[in-house]
Amino acid sequence: MIRMTDVFKEYANGTKALKGVTFELNAGEFAFLVGPSGSGKSTVIKLLIGEIAPSDGEVIVNGQDMDNIRMRKMPYLRRTIGCIFQDFRLIEYKSVYENVAFAMRVIGASSGDIRQRVPYVLELVGIEHKAKSKPAELSGGEQQRVAVARALVNNPKLIIADEPTGNLDPARSLEILLLLKKINELGTTVLVVTHEKPLVDQFSQRVIAIDGGRVVSDAMDRYYDYESE
Amino acid sequence: MLWIGITIMKVNRNRTFYYLKEGFSSIFAHSLMSFASVCIIAAFLIITGLFIMIAVNINATIGDLEAENVILAYVHDNQSENDARNLEPNILAVPNVSHVVFISREEAMESFIGRYGDTDRYRDLDPSTFRHRFAVYVYDVGYIVETQNALRYVQGIAAVNANPAIAGGLRTLRNIVSWISIVVIAVLLAISLFVMQNTIKLATFERREEIAIMKMVGATNAFIRWPFIVEGFILGLLGSLTAYIVTWSLYDVAARGVAEFAGFIRLVPISSNITVQVILLFVAVGFSVGVGGSGIALNRYLKV
Ligand SMILES: Nc1ncnc2c1ncn2[C@@H]1O[C@H](COP(=O)(O)OP(=O)(O)OP(=O)(O)O)[C@@H](O)[C@H]1O
Ligand SMILES: [Mg+2]
Repeated sequence: MIRMTDVFKEYANGTKALKGVTFELNAGEFAFLVGPSGSGKSTVIKLLIGEIAPSDGEVIVNGQDMDNIRMRKMPYLRRTIGCIFQDFRLIEYKSVYENVAFAMRVIGASSGDIRQRVPYVLELVGIEHKAKSKPAELSGGEQQRVAVARALVNNPKLIIADEPTGNLDPARSLEILLLLKKINELGTTVLVVTHEKPLVDQFSQRVIAIDGGRVVSDAMDRYYDYESE
Repeated sequence: MLWIGITIMKVNRNRTFYYLKEGFSSIFAHSLMSFASVCIIAAFLIITGLFIMIAVNINATIGDLEAENVILAYVHDNQSENDARNLEPNILAVPNVSHVVFISREEAMESFIGRYGDTDRYRDLDPSTFRHRFAVYVYDVGYIVETQNALRYVQGIAAVNANPAIAGGLRTLRNIVSWISIVVIAVLLAISLFVMQNTIKLATFERREEIAIMKMVGATNAFIRWPFIVEGFILGLLGSLTAYIVTWSLYDVAARGVAEFAGFIRLVPISSNITVQVILLFVAVGFSVGVGGSGIALNRYLKV
């Protein structure tokens, strides 16, 4: 599903964000990616969704080598990945329903499919009663549910979430993570970036830790406590 | 335009509908921006249009003056009127001659007397004082000197009288007007493209998050572009239509005013084929500014 092999990333300004990252995430897995601020977590995510290219090493996502991908094939790869971000990224003037339907519409789905699929995912994330509301009328937790629904709606094989709980209080954060876990149990591979130890500790899951652009720990149930070491 | 339509049709009817709907609804969703774009396209086209009309009229006036600038070719005294008339084909054979009018001695005398009045004084004037002559009209006054020289070699022609100084002056004037028109229109076009591109840049900047989301969920660049192209096309078309209506209304008012207060000036009528050319120009400019502007403005957001 995801395979990073000895990946280096140096930004244009000379910042060495990744210095040899290697890890693998198999189909159906659920994993946290943790690390302190500036450790390179978002850089990993950007490489996985093809927003940036690696300076060295190999990045393979859903069977596609991200370094050799033709620009014209990129949109089709992205359809197999659902993305969730800290800032929700909803369209302000569209309703909840329209925000989710939009993701189907822009990849050319038929209106019949849209009418069937959107209510289903809205119900799955528990936001169907707010379908007609605008994002501004929702709480942060509710907005993030809409974003999760949108990430799900095209039935991706992989969901990648970069700090999905960064703007939420602990209770809402837990709800979103439980939702992502439920989605994983329905068969989708999930990678969640976070640096909130208390949250990670609630789950008995694989935790990949990076620090200074290197993987420093990759184990079940073990949140790598970078501050004390 | 047609092939674009046909191409979309072939791709997907459903999708075509989506592009049109998105293009239209985005015009209304960003109504202020859309209004501004239409106004900018219209304003520059109106200025351009009026300038073109001024240039066209100056050109036409110069053309009229040039047309009156004839060459007089005098026939030898020893030729009878019949012989003189028979010279006409030889004169017509001279390059650059468009048409000739034969003027007999008698006609020349009458016209002379008519011009200077006082018939009595010239009562005894013998027509043989005058020569038979041809008024020779040319296609291009730029070659008036060459034509004049060629006419001198026509058998039976005694003298040729032209006014190359006036012709040269008119020609220079026409050149100056043409060049000023070209420069002003080019400058106006550049300005309107620049302003339009920035307007659409603003519009797409407003929608950069939407575009980023579309890229994120896997929309193709073409799919993202089409609604903007539709939008740019509609805005461009509205702008050029507005400009067309306003320009002709203003021109009509001007033409009436001129006819009333300065009847001696002749304005080029609206019904001429200039209308078609200006419409084509307006639509072409509106289309390219609208579609081109949105295309250029979008590029930076699609490179992710
Ligand atoms: N576009 C960029 N250009 C240059 N340097 C960058 C860029 N993006 C990130 N960096 C640098 O790369 C390093 C890793 O950044 P990254 O965003 O991956 O960290 P992070 O682990 O996501 O941090 P946080 O927890 O604060 O989100 C940092 O030193 C950062 O300053
Ligand atoms: Mg980050």
